[in-house]
Amino acid sequence: MFGKLDWSAVPFSQPIPLITSVVILLAMLGVLVLATVKGWWPYLWREWITSVDHKRIGVMYGLLGTLMLIRGFADAIMMRTHQAMAVGGGEGYLPPEHYNQIFTAHGTIMILFGAMPLVLAFMNYLVPLQLGVRDVAFPTFNSVGFWLTASGALLVNVSLFVGEFARTGWLPYPPLSENAYSPGVGVDYYLWAVQISGIGTLITGINIVTTVLKMRCPGMSYLRMPIFCWTALASCLLIVAAFPILTATLAMLTLDRYLDWHYFTNTAGGNPMMFVNLVWAWGHPEVYILVLPAFGIFSEIFPTFSGKPLFGYRSMVAATLFICVVSMLVWLHHFFTMGAGAAVNTFFGISSSIIAVGTGVKIYNWIFTMYGGRVRFEVPMLWSMGFIFTFIIGGLTGVLLAIPPADFLTHNSMFLVAHFHNVIVGAVVFAVFAGLEFWFPKVFGFRLHAGWGKAAFWLAFTGFWVTFTPLYVLGLQGMTRRLQHVNVPDWAPGLYVSVVGVAILALGVAAQIIQLVVSIRHRDTLRDVTGDPWDGRSLEWATASPPPFFNFAVMPDVEGEEAYWDIKRRALESQQLGPEPDYAPIEMPLNSPVGIYTAFFTFVFGFSMVWHIWWVAVAALVAAFAGFVVFAWRDAHEHEVPAEEVARLDRARREARTALLARLPREESAS
Amino acid sequence: MTDTGLPASLEALRRLREDPHRLGHRAHGPAAPVPGAGHGETGPARKRVIVGYGFWIFLLSDIVMFACFFAAFAVLRGATAGGPTIAQIVDLKRVGWETACLLLSSYTCGLSFAATNARNKLWTQVFLLLTGLLGLAFVALELQEFLDLAARGITPQRSAMLTGFFGLVGLHGVHVTIGGLWLATMMAQVQFKGFRQEMMHRLLCFNLFWHALDIVWIGIFTIVYLLAAAP
Repeated sequence: MFGKLDWSAVPFSQPIPLITSVVILLAMLGVLVLATVKGWWPYLWREWITSVDHKRIGVMYGLLGTLMLIRGFADAIMMRTHQAMAVGGGEGYLPPEHYNQIFTAHGTIMILFGAMPLVLAFMNYLVPLQLGVRDVAFPTFNSVGFWLTASGALLVNVSLFVGEFARTGWLPYPPLSENAYSPGVGVDYYLWAVQISGIGTLITGINIVTTVLKMRCPGMSYLRMPIFCWTALASCLLIVAAFPILTATLAMLTLDRYLDWHYFTNTAGGNPMMFVNLVWAWGHPEVYILVLPAFGIFSEIFPTFSGKPLFGYRSMVAATLFICVVSMLVWLHHFFTMGAGAAVNTFFGISSSIIAVGTGVKIYNWIFTMYGGRVRFEVPMLWSMGFIFTFIIGGLTGVLLAIPPADFLTHNSMFLVAHFHNVIVGAVVFAVFAGLEFWFPKVFGFRLHAGWGKAAFWLAFTGFWVTFTPLYVLGLQGMTRRLQHVNVPDWAPGLYVSVVGVAILALGVAAQIIQLVVSIRHRDTLRDVTGDPWDGRSLEWATASPPPFFNFAVMPDVEGEEAYWDIKRRALESQQLGPEPDYAPIEMPLNSPVGIYTAFFTFVFGFSMVWHIWWVAVAALVAAFAGFVVFAWRDAHEHEVPAEEVARLDRARREARTALLARLPREESAS
Repeated sequence: MTDTGLPASLEALRRLREDPHRLGHRAHGPAAPVPGAGHGETGPARKRVIVGYGFWIFLLSDIVMFACFFAAFAVLRGATAGGPTIAQIVDLKRVGWETACLLLSSYTCGLSFAATNARNKLWTQVFLLLTGLLGLAFVALELQEFLDLAARGITPQRSAMLTGFFGLVGLHGVHVTIGGLWLATMMAQVQFKGFRQEMMHRLLCFNLFWHALDIVWIGIFTIVYLLAAAP
């Protein structure tokens, strides 16, 4: 009846997961009860859950990513403290099978359910605004993509309470992940959660590629697009090219596990190294899927806070596309030790090193953007400058690892762990916080408190380096990664310093949360009335903060590289806004529950597949298909916003802008 | 967003008629962008262009997925683990019939879209039905092949080569089956809803999907079956 599922799946005897899951369940229950008592459900359903507005979906992606980032950080705290206690004679507090689940969950959650949704949040929110259009190409599919990612994240977190998670590392290498060596449900949870969210990501990737290539406002030719749109395009092209490889690879492992096939088994001629090749053919582009939009975020921040256009715009575009292409040709550097031979290793060593050329172009462009500019040291700029420093070190250790003979010595060591945290935290996480500080006023209509923001930056920056510098040293001393017990007492000091670093990072997280609370309490004094709080340069700053649901009352007509900067300069020179446009009715897509509906049944399907409850899995598929047909039958897809409503909302924005213009001193207009 | 007929295609046709050798004209680039095609600086493309383009991108991603299964088959082709080789399990005659069914179904699918563009419901439905029946024949033949092999103890569990074979061919079969479900749904929608804008878009996507499956089958036919028969 219920397959492999029974009460033994709930970890009654293990206090850590039990207490954590009870706390999480109570918190979720509390939120549900609160929403019910306060009567928020109709609002949530109408404005968020069924919304197909790219801005709402972007905010929900951000919320999901932030929650998962905190979950992944909790795993990191446990790993660092456990290793510090398990060095020399110590036992630590995590039994091996639990420790292995934690490092697996940490990697999976941080990359696929933390960083990915956060990066997708920025792409979803910003790309249509920066291109001057009203939504992405396929708004309803956008909602489906988000909810699929969310149901994948839910499946990962359910594994904490019902059953177990994989103990294989964040990429489940066979033969360890095959039935013979991982008979439990852990790998199955991994497979279905990542598969489901991967399909969601693919949908979003297709959506953004189509949006950038086919839906730009008049005048927005390719070489007038903001760099963030270029990086989003490059990142989503990689999603389209790489995520199907993940889908195929996970499907093959699923077939091995469920039907006893032999893609990657040790027996009957299966080839485990084929998995490693395939999964890294996705996994390396995945790194660039994350980091390219991060580069885009920094490329928006440096010009704004330097008061100068971006240095070398065209070389930046070229470098982005160069990285996009070459990132598909470097996957083998993750396993030089496979023994592919000198020629193959040399090719991949050279191609990996060459990536640094494209990245170097970018670094110099950012530095030259600041050179000679009027640099304002606001919080987003601090994160960006911290990024340059951190990322250069991470990049240099990367070039070191790209040399095959050197890699043989550092392969799977703590040096490697320090390196990839150095680039992923230094670029992606710093970019997320830089972007959060930068665009928060656009999204919510008020700025974040600067003092707490600066405190959060300095704590995170210091904490990062105190955590990971010792890991570099430990790696060079020979410490391998993923050790549940550390039997070399000499390594103790490094592990202790690293725990201090984690404590500083935790203070940084606290400062970030305090900043949010303080800012919400003082939102009236921090209010952004003009829609342009930072003296911005691209089109998202031309709308109100928060933008109306249709983004632009009239589609902008772009005449130069920095679309909004030109509009603003003209207004400042003539001391008045352009003439009031003719407002026309706007067609906007209707809300649709198809996203949450599909995701619900996909979750049920995934869960019942994990536990081998076949009849529920089949029923869920049938229900999903029936639902699709019903939704496809719908007659109306769009609704019309009358011209008077558009005019009313836009006149309010124009009044605020006129008031700003009157407040500005005359000499500013010359700049 | 009003969207009647096939604006971009009609525009391209008009240009071709006026200037068959395209002297002094370019379809892309800033010289003469077609309004609504989404090129250059003319603003967002028409809905039909966006839908078709997005579906193309999806098809490319689907082909990348097939590429992985092709690669897996190529890697595992010799790993027979003492079981039958690929040359011993291929029945070219049946595969020939399968190929004929599928290629013919692509032809009828194209005819149905010609009828769709002429807004002729009867012929659209007739040719869609023929497409579906030919697709069904293809799936039935493939199923028969698999069952025959299974009866001789030749299953994916036997060896890695067979895993690669059943995985690649089966994935294509699953695609055709899902295409058949989609086709049945589309026929019902065309019957009840007529040729409305979104129906035209869906029929366009369905056509692209069906032809893409044909292209993939050509790859399977060559790499799996013909190469197996070669000495």
